Amino acid sequence: MFGKILDKPFIFWSVLFTLIPLCLIVFFCFTTSPFGLDQVDYSFSLENLQKVFEPMYMKIMLKSFQLALIATVICLLLGYPLAYKIANTSMKWQQVMVMLVVVPMWMNFLLRTYAWLLILGTNGYFNMFLDFIGLPKIEILFTDAAVVLGMVYNFLPFMVLPIFTVLRKMDNKLVDAARDLGATDSVIFRRIIFPLSIPGIVSGVSMVFMPAASTFVISSLLGGGQYMLIGNLIEEQFMRIGDWHFGSALSIILMVFILISMIIMNKYDSDEGSSGLW
Amino acid sequence: MVKKHISRIYTGLIFFFLYAPIFILILFSFNEKKNLTKISGFTLKWYFELFKDRQIMQAIYYTFIIAIIASIIATIIGTLAAIGLHNRKKSKRKTALLTINKIPMMSPDIVTAIALMSFFIYINQKFSFFELGFGTLLIAHITFNIPYVILSVMPKLKQMPLNTVEAAMDLGASQFYAFRKVVLPEIFPGIITGLLIAFTMSIDDFVISFFTTGHGISNISILVFSSARVGINPKINALSTLLFITVMFLLILINKRTKKV
Amino acid sequence: MKKSVLLFCILLFFIMVGCGEKKEELYVYNWGEYIDTEVLSQFEEENDCVVIYQTYNTNEDMYLKLKKSGEKYDVIFPSDYMIEKMVNEDMLHEIDIEKLENYKHVNSAFKNFDFDQNNKFGIPYMWGTIGILYNSEVVDEDIGSWDMLWNEKYKDRILMFDSVRDTFACALKKLGYSLNTENESEIEEAKQLLIEQRDLVKGYVVDQVKTMMPNGDADIAAIWSGEAILLMEANPKLKFFVPESGSNIWFDNMSIPKTSENVELAQKFIDFMCKPEIALKNAEYIGYATANSSAQELLSDEIKNNPLYYPNQKIIDKCEVFKDLGETIKLYDKAWVEVKVSK
Repeated sequence: MFGKILDKPFIFWSVLFTLIPLCLIVFFCFTTSPFGLDQVDYSFSLENLQKVFEPMYMKIMLKSFQLALIATVICLLLGYPLAYKIANTSMKWQQVMVMLVVVPMWMNFLLRTYAWLLILGTNGYFNMFLDFIGLPKIEILFTDAAVVLGMVYNFLPFMVLPIFTVLRKMDNKLVDAARDLGATDSVIFRRIIFPLSIPGIVSGVSMVFMPAASTFVISSLLGGGQYMLIGNLIEEQFMRIGDWHFGSALSIILMVFILISMIIMNKYDSDEGSSGLW
Repeated sequence: MVKKHISRIYTGLIFFFLYAPIFILILFSFNEKKNLTKISGFTLKWYFELFKDRQIMQAIYYTFIIAIIASIIATIIGTLAAIGLHNRKKSKRKTALLTINKIPMMSPDIVTAIALMSFFIYINQKFSFFELGFGTLLIAHITFNIPYVILSVMPKLKQMPLNTVEAAMDLGASQFYAFRKVVLPEIFPGIITGLLIAFTMSIDDFVISFFTTGHGISNISILVFSSARVGINPKINALSTLLFITVMFLLILINKRTKKV
Repeated sequence: MKKSVLLFCILLFFIMVGCGEKKEELYVYNWGEYIDTEVLSQFEEENDCVVIYQTYNTNEDMYLKLKKSGEKYDVIFPSDYMIEKMVNEDMLHEIDIEKLENYKHVNSAFKNFDFDQNNKFGIPYMWGTIGILYNSEVVDEDIGSWDMLWNEKYKDRILMFDSVRDTFACALKKLGYSLNTENESEIEEAKQLLIEQRDLVKGYVVDQVKTMMPNGDADIAAIWSGEAILLMEANPKLKFFVPESGSNIWFDNMSIPKTSENVELAQKFIDFMCKPEIALKNAEYIGYATANSSAQELLSDEIKNNPLYYPNQKIIDKCEVFKDLGETIKLYDKAWVEVKVSK
């Protein structure tokens, strides 16, 4: 009896607050109601989904994925070497360095993004520095670059940690054996280290790409109102325009993408469920 | 030799990149004027203004109280759930439940946020229940915290030697006693990890809170978002500095504890 | 054991700090930076209540919050066309003018609007125009004209409103059309104009203009008159004008939504805000033109006689007030998304 009741609270909670709300969104996705918001007059319709595929909105989707992809690649290029370096330092320093990577994650995400407003302005620090070394100022704030920068800054630790976790667990004997057999460093990296670190990379990518693609904060603060990414579009539908049906359709499409990426990732993920952060 | 230097410089640069914005925030919290471009003088006045600002103090209060309550409740529900799920035999039901558990974690924040908001408003319109406010905010936080707890506790359950519980019961312990004295100590590190992750997620949350709060209840993230759209506010810088010090302090504390273990 | 007791006590402490004695609560929902918050404390003291103050960025944000989220507010600050819309949808309480002692201080020119006869649904708070703020050290062309916002010379140094109606108003006015047009081809033309402008625009902002212009992040901005005033006072190099060909004149009013649970206290608050000293405080803090004539009298000569601050009849005659567009707003919304996506 004691055993039986253990997961009941969880089941009750998930059904009520995870499943049902999701079902509600699916419901809104496939219905419409007349303009006027008070209505309880829902009729089945595919027009919301059709609207998502209109060129204007597909452009937004594409842009979101494009920027997220660039940010993910940059995170990978910057994060992998760092993870590698940390995995190869002595135990004492390793803990310190991991902590140093984790601290920004604990700092409030909004505050970290807000900090870039100070840096990227026309007369912000970055330009002041450029000025100081004699280079012309550049306008970064409110451009693609600023949004990508914001994404990279916020998500870099999420790329570094999974890769580091995998690299750390890697058996050094394999590397030693390869060396003994005469392999050069680059061969060792290409044929041993890199392939073994792929689960970490996949984990990192999944923790960066979708959150970056669905952000609305970064594009809102650093994009200067110009950035309509999927996240901004959904937010606008729910908060300013009031077309919950269309907003739900967009959300469902996002969820479909996540589902697809989850399936792809399952192929690489033998481990059942590490929480990835620690 | 060169390689070593390059890798050191590289690491240094990355950490510089990670910390520069934070240090700039901190630096400008002490600036005399609101101005960004010049350091006009050292002052602590923004810290005093911070404590006098009612909106900010309320936001801080709500951030912490929601995080504390939500993470505790989520830990209780999650731990019990992890044990219950662990004890189930492999079945479609079990897989289904584990998948449902992952949904909040895998969904983009904004989808979870609008789903919850729509749900609350819909129910509110029909049954006058779940009015947007402290309650709904708390519920939302608990909802996205539970998966992290479950995923922190389950590995520990799996690592537990298989038949200890049965052994204990064979020796005469009741189910509850076995749970308290055998299972709980084994999974305790997992519970604490889950609690801490849940707490961190709650403190930092913006999107879900933004959509599910009401009645003027704000947290730090929502406050910074509204402030940032207005422009730069040194009180926010002061807040960042204090948060940073708190975070460093907490992490050093945690580090010391894990060293002891 | 000891640790959990300690934890429990800390928790209890937090909870107790949170629950104060129950005072009457007034929910005020206003534009950002649109009140002198000291005024709120004063009201709280005089009426032994608590004011829960929240802000929004645009009329549309406020409208949706009210309509969809079921949140209860007691006092809101809608603009002209939003009042029209909300009255049409029966969302506002009628205000009992008799109960407002200080109503007599409100400027009589504003006591009877097209969108709200006899101030039945809203008491005027602030008013102003849309104009253009520019950095006189850098900008020397197109002064006095909407064309300044489309001048290629200032590429990437121009700011526009992150608000559909205000930005479309700029485009429509440049084309010589009414900013309330429901004519599809006119809206389309305005949209095209805005799309052409994309490359020149640094960003679509609301409040950020107040830091960006002084910081030199931009040199030209479409802006509301009140903000321009504050910025000019602090930065002499910034100058403002209302375009010759005409612009938008707007009025923000204090209204009571039907969902208010404390209409009496709401009325008291509105009455309090109409007191000359209070209206003066607000006007001085936020820089906008107050609709309170007694307060206006108390302002310094240089402010009240400056046509930039208090537009004269000549300017007023050239300006249009926004009207509620009903269903047609959907056309604008769609066009707005197209503009934002066009880059």
